Amino acid sequence: MWQFLKTWYHRLASPKWFYHTSGRWLPYLAAVTILLLVSGAIWGLGFAPEDARQGNSYRIIYIHVPVSVLALVGYYLMAVAGAIALIWKIKLADMVMVSAAPLGAVLTFLALLTGSIWGKPTWGTYWEWDARITSMLVLLFLYLGVLALSRAFTSRDTAYKACAILSLVGTVNIPIIYKSVDWWYTLHQPATIKLTGGSTIHPAMFKPLLVMIIGFYCFYALVLILNTRAEILRREQRSAWVRELI
Amino acid sequence: MVSESGFGALLRRDLLLAFRSGGELLNPLVFFVMTTSLVPLAISPSPLQLAVMAPGMIWITALLATLLALDSVFKDDFDDGSLLPLLLCPQSLWLSVLAKVLVHWLRTGLPITLVAPLLGIMLALPEAGFLPLVIGLACGTACFSLIGAVGAALTVALQKGGVLLSLIVIPLYFPVLIFGASAVQRAVEGLQYMPVLALLGAFFAFALLTTPFAAAAALRVGVNG
Repeated sequence: MWQFLKTWYHRLASPKWFYHTSGRWLPYLAAVTILLLVSGAIWGLGFAPEDARQGNSYRIIYIHVPVSVLALVGYYLMAVAGAIALIWKIKLADMVMVSAAPLGAVLTFLALLTGSIWGKPTWGTYWEWDARITSMLVLLFLYLGVLALSRAFTSRDTAYKACAILSLVGTVNIPIIYKSVDWWYTLHQPATIKLTGGSTIHPAMFKPLLVMIIGFYCFYALVLILNTRAEILRREQRSAWVRELI
Repeated sequence: MVSESGFGALLRRDLLLAFRSGGELLNPLVFFVMTTSLVPLAISPSPLQLAVMAPGMIWITALLATLLALDSVFKDDFDDGSLLPLLLCPQSLWLSVLAKVLVHWLRTGLPITLVAPLLGIMLALPEAGFLPLVIGLACGTACFSLIGAVGAALTVALQKGGVLLSLIVIPLYFPVLIFGASAVQRAVEGLQYMPVLALLGAFFAFALLTTPFAAAAALRVGVNG
């Protein structure tokens, strides 16, 4: 078992192997993603019970929550991939990292957007300097910094390494930023708005949410693999197997 | 013959260069004073309103002033070629980075900290706010220099690194700004501010321990362009 994992890990480091293997898996992953997202959306939007206080407007959580979770997870994935690339000099980890950056930025933006759309009917305002919103905004800035840096270099190799270092520094900073923003918020504004009012979510609402979260995880994996495959082709365009392919 | 430590030699050389550059030495400080004096013009000269804005505005302009001078931390040496011997010399690179950061702080953070009380008077900052402002700025601008060095190292070889440098560094400045500005605010409101300054000090200690290594690694990557 250990031996199998080891060879699998070493093989995974090869862009060519990854390209071919992921090509075989992709249709299944895409099918599962579509199935989960469609069924979760129909279940959540059509059949889950209405919220007693927020009416139908709460249903945006079926998009908002998965997107927000993945925005944060995406940053850590990017940083871990960057660390792997820096330590073991694995080219594939480079490509994963650089593919995760735009994806994470879009997800963070979507989380902010859906959150503010949801905020209008429930809080009466599109934007509130709430601790969590502010932290998401900082996360978006961190993503934008990595993106800007990755575009700035002429040498792709240097760009990857620079982004890896920046995302690692950002990762160390994220807990501190979150804590400080949280603390700043409690200092300046007493918590006047409490979204859930202490009540936990009802199972009938939670089950479709869980389906949507898993669906979005699959969606994230799918898009990340597609991005990475494109990156592989772009970077390995001079190698024989890519020439043969195209 | 006693051999001189690389840290001291580099420090002396950079300080000498900074002093001989003439007007450039004072530019960040002048920028700090100028932008802060825009505040009453843009908002209101009424002391009541200014007193509310003062802690935050002084901190924001201090941040921008240090950011302005960040570009040159490694770039001047990179452009004239004296950075490469530094990368190759047997001394640990993080020590050289630390010397550069110290010079940057002496050029920006220290004068800003010393002039800040003067601007506090101009912005009608209540008396209780002066001590936390000076202590906080001394510590906070050092954090700005340390964190900024990582960004400056990453963008050292880029022709148009200036705006990019601000983009990648500003999100990392958030905690410092929050701690620093709220320490002054709390003092003005008559609350305890020492715990907040202690947090800022802890952040500084953490940055001092970690960022020189990150900046050294970034420098090795950054010089390749």
